[in-house]
Amino acid sequence: MSAVPIRSRLWRAFHQLGSPPYVYRLAGRLAPWLGTMSCVLLAVGAFWGLVLAPPDYLQGDSFRIIYIHVPSAYLSMGGYVLMAVAAAIGYIWRMKLAHGVAVCVAPLGAWFTALALITGGIWGKPTWGTYWEWGDARLMFELLLLFLFIGYMVLRMSFDERDKADRVSALLAVVGVVNVPIIHYSVEWWTTLHQGPTLIREGGPSITMDMLIPLLIMLAGFSLFFGWLLCKRLQGEILRRESRTRWVRNLAAEAAA
Amino acid sequence: MTPRRQRMVLVALVAAGVILSAGLALRAFQENLLYFFTPTQVAAGEAPDGRAYHLGGMVLPESIQRDPGSLTVNFIVTDYVHTMPVTYSGVLPDLFAEDQGVVARGRPDANGLFVADEILAKHDENYMPPEIAEALAQAEQGEAP
Amino acid sequence: MSEFLAMGGHGPYVWSAYGVTLVVMVYNAWAAYRHQANALARLQQAGAEQETRAKPTVRQIG
Repeated sequence: MSAVPIRSRLWRAFHQLGSPPYVYRLAGRLAPWLGTMSCVLLAVGAFWGLVLAPPDYLQGDSFRIIYIHVPSAYLSMGGYVLMAVAAAIGYIWRMKLAHGVAVCVAPLGAWFTALALITGGIWGKPTWGTYWEWGDARLMFELLLLFLFIGYMVLRMSFDERDKADRVSALLAVVGVVNVPIIHYSVEWWTTLHQGPTLIREGGPSITMDMLIPLLIMLAGFSLFFGWLLCKRLQGEILRRESRTRWVRNLAAEAAA
Repeated sequence: MTPRRQRMVLVALVAAGVILSAGLALRAFQENLLYFFTPTQVAAGEAPDGRAYHLGGMVLPESIQRDPGSLTVNFIVTDYVHTMPVTYSGVLPDLFAEDQGVVARGRPDANGLFVADEILAKHDENYMPPEIAEALAQAEQGEAP
Repeated sequence: MSEFLAMGGHGPYVWSAYGVTLVVMVYNAWAAYRHQANALARLQQAGAEQETRAKPTVRQIG
């Protein structure tokens, strides 16, 4: 094993990740573990954030929405980057499975973007005094992110051929990724109603430890939850894409028996 | 050049083109992307003339004057360089307070008084329990002469 | 308990935000499992159809 050069071992891993039966089994093995871990983390994080964490000196208890708003927003942007990278790999290396990953991320990313917008709006009412402000750059570009996810899915639907849908939608995914850094820096580049970043900022997080720990637990819980659903969706996507292959037919016959 | 390398270059070019055009577009629409104008920008004449806009800054300490018997409130918005007086009649957000961020929508009258029809509160990215905030405030008072 | 539910007067905001999040996450988990189950069911259906279609051809040859 150690005699094999690292480079060729990495290439083997890359090629294995392009092998549908291997990834199907891998996703099937990971899914229950991710599902259990995410549910435990989400339960602990929600209890910690809602009950154990102190209220904010200024916002009182409404600040507790941070524990679902920030993870949703982070998954919306992280999900988009994942979708764009997968689509780019699929486009460049003609790797169908990578396109499949992008296809599976899109609805999940869209839902978490919607959650970020909805929970942000609900949080805005008791703090800012408004649910929504047209003209706030952070809000506008996050809404644009939702449209990019939906646009990716709608664009795919307009093609009958899957290969063509893969190629064209991949370019849209790559084009849209420029929006992610714009969302992050919007609160610094322009004057906005939305406050600046709390976690990823110069000088470290601007939140005390007793409030930060549940936020980190929720971030981990949301991420594993995303990974769990991605595994299940990817399994379904692989079955659809590989429906004519012998291994999928055998698998279906085994499952029926 | 192999087809794979061609596709790689194409993706890189598309990404570079998008970044460049997004940068130019955002620069061109810079002013439209500003949600509010600070008193300094207003003093420099950068705020739109003749139409309503958002004025943002901090509520100057001890500047809030409530009119007894009505919902009218007067206060001063500052960015610690310039100030602007604001008048507003209506319900204020819970977080509206002295030394806190505020955004007012409206336009200045002939005397330079900003007549607002909506007041929103802007909070910062710091979160802490009440005890810590109190301790910080006390430490600040202790330092002051 | 009622004090906890009131969330210092912000109860409706906090609980509606958490409620929406719970509903969306449960729906997504259900949808992801259905996505795989549907694909499998469709494959089995296609497999069964193929078997029934295959039988007459065997008889024709025979």
